[in-house]
Amino acid sequence: MERKHTLSVLVENTPGALARIVGLFSGRGFNIDSLCVAETLDPTLSHLTLVTHGDDMIIEQIIKQLRRLIDVYKVVDVTEEGEFVEREMALIKVRAEKETRAEVLRMCDIFRCKVVDVSPRTYTVEVTGPESKIEAVIELLKPLGIKELVRTGLIAMKREKKSA
Amino acid sequence: MATKMTGAQIIVEALKREGVDIVFGYPGGAVIDIYDELYRTPEIKHVLVRHEQGATHAADGLARSTGKVGVCLVTSGPGATNTVTGIATAYMDSIPIVVLTGQVPTKLIGNDAFQEVDITGITRPCTKHNFLVKRVEDLAWTLKAAFHIARTGRPGPVLVDLPKDIQQAKTEFQWPEEIKLRSYNPVYEPHKRQVEKAYRLLEASTRPVILVGGGVIASGAHEEVRELAELLHIPVTMTLMGLGGFPGTHEYSLGMLGMHGTYYANMAVANSDLIIAVGARFDDRVTGKVDAFAPMAKIVHIDIDPTSIQKNVRVDVPIVGDCKRALAKLLEIIKEVGRPSKLWKEQFKEWWEQIDIWKRRYPLTYKQDGEHIKPQFVIEKLYELTKGDAIVCTEVGQNQMWTAQFYKFDKPRTLLSSGGLGTMGYGFPAAIGAQMANPDKLVIDIAGDGSIQMNIQEMATAMDQRLPIKVIILNNGYLGMVRQWQELFYDRRYSAVQFSTIPDFVKLAEAYGAVGLRATKPDEVEGVLKKALETNNLVLVDIHIAPEEGVFPMVPAGRATTEMILV
Repeated sequence: MERKHTLSVLVENTPGALARIVGLFSGRGFNIDSLCVAETLDPTLSHLTLVTHGDDMIIEQIIKQLRRLIDVYKVVDVTEEGEFVEREMALIKVRAEKETRAEVLRMCDIFRCKVVDVSPRTYTVEVTGPESKIEAVIELLKPLGIKELVRTGLIAMKREKKSA
Repeated sequence: MATKMTGAQIIVEALKREGVDIVFGYPGGAVIDIYDELYRTPEIKHVLVRHEQGATHAADGLARSTGKVGVCLVTSGPGATNTVTGIATAYMDSIPIVVLTGQVPTKLIGNDAFQEVDITGITRPCTKHNFLVKRVEDLAWTLKAAFHIARTGRPGPVLVDLPKDIQQAKTEFQWPEEIKLRSYNPVYEPHKRQVEKAYRLLEASTRPVILVGGGVIASGAHEEVRELAELLHIPVTMTLMGLGGFPGTHEYSLGMLGMHGTYYANMAVANSDLIIAVGARFDDRVTGKVDAFAPMAKIVHIDIDPTSIQKNVRVDVPIVGDCKRALAKLLEIIKEVGRPSKLWKEQFKEWWEQIDIWKRRYPLTYKQDGEHIKPQFVIEKLYELTKGDAIVCTEVGQNQMWTAQFYKFDKPRTLLSSGGLGTMGYGFPAAIGAQMANPDKLVIDIAGDGSIQMNIQEMATAMDQRLPIKVIILNNGYLGMVRQWQELFYDRRYSAVQFSTIPDFVKLAEAYGAVGLRATKPDEVEGVLKKALETNNLVLVDIHIAPEEGVFPMVPAGRATTEMILV
């Protein structure tokens, strides 16, 4: 059965390491739904959050193939590790003419979005949350006219146990 | 304080410290400093090839025949791109080689400089790992890491790209005696509980087969395989890469399995209830139609590379680790339990009776017609005359399959063949590498008239080094394997498989100062082969074989391995 998996990957912060990972996916016909990369507390390591999908055998292969790369330090399938927090951010430039300006702001209020740029005819809105929330905001703003949309891709972190 | 050394000096020093005594290469502007250093280093023999692809295959042939890391050195740009086929060949068959490529000076990288190419980018998907050295201070460590990565775990090719200014820059030489990579720690020791599970499956089995792959040869597990088979009386089949991992003349050997495997090997695997796969990766040429592969069998899969396990077929007991250690552990358990060998024999008695029926029904065979030379006959004769004591390289296609079927390989590292990538033109330069590393051994390349022409320029290299390689050309005037497919599956539409011009191989040999021999009738074969084997020179033997002879048995691509076309 095909399922979405969020993988958390620690990789040597060296040139070519990202290309190796991306090349692995394209070369073996695996899918990348989203990819998010940045340095970690240890500047010699980068952290990568990668969302992919496939059946169990494919996901197993993806994880093994990633681990096989010399530059890859650690791979965790966050989806299989129990509860986790996931977040994504999007910047949405939405048309905000006289008659819709108030409507956009109301929407922002409901979803706790921030307006980060204002022009006479647009608002640029920053929204953060799990993927489902981002998608809900996009759906609701679409009828008002989205001029531009940029999403960061997902980042994720395992939740700690609630009891000691 | 240590004296400062140039990058080029460090590179040559690193090669010495890694025990490299032969380098295959071709000079150029971007490696001229390294060549200058080699000029002063008599301990390292440089073999000047005629094409960089030849250098990589030769390094590969050296590696396959000895187990050491093969090394080649080429210049930037076209020198580097010419190595790609050789690198991919080594990668697919897990062969440890280190490829050193020159690169334009660091400040020119990315500027489309003369003879610049992004070779680390190009070879990323076909190397185990590669490096671009950007600081001379990193050079010694990088070279050490390259050799370490190439030879450990599942071996493979590693490329190190060396910009010209790095070769000229100076630094203190610091050689790391040991190397630790936090992101690379191959697992050698198998999980004991998994091996115990494998043992329990053996106890419960009535129709087991051992499947030997190239990993047995890479890890040197051939003796353990033999002990296991003999102790428990289990039949053994081999992939192309596994030939020599178990004696081909052994009564328990079923020969090769798969597309051109023996009838009885394929039948045994298809009907088995347990497959112990050792260092094999269930390639499509072995499994045929995956859904129909060994439907009743439980599979124990031993491999050092976890990605090989559960990639193509579902596995019941995965054992990640070194093949040799895993088998040793299994043997340990077997001896601990101490079930008498006789009981095991009894347990598999009916199974052997069935296998013997298959063996008698369709033995590996071919038909003589009295008029044409049959290629299988040539291989059989060659085997007879050499008593199996040779390093045999092959090209790719029919010549390769006939060799795999009819030459019996008893020892590991005696068959050098491009299994995974299937590289025509591999065999001859590989033979050069093997002969350089094994000067006292008989080295043979079995070729087709098509393949031999893909790296024929290396004849000059072999002559330079006075290598007495015997090249046996099974000349059918066709690209035979493609022709065979066209005959069987494309209604004999022979599209682009016949050369209008084939050189006179005897004259060609003479042109290079080698010896050329020819046989056109069956009764000439033995004499010509004998003469070739007695000749202390490079010999090209042009044997005109039956033009439309096929390789059988054959499992059509994508079909179940039990659906064999027999002779």
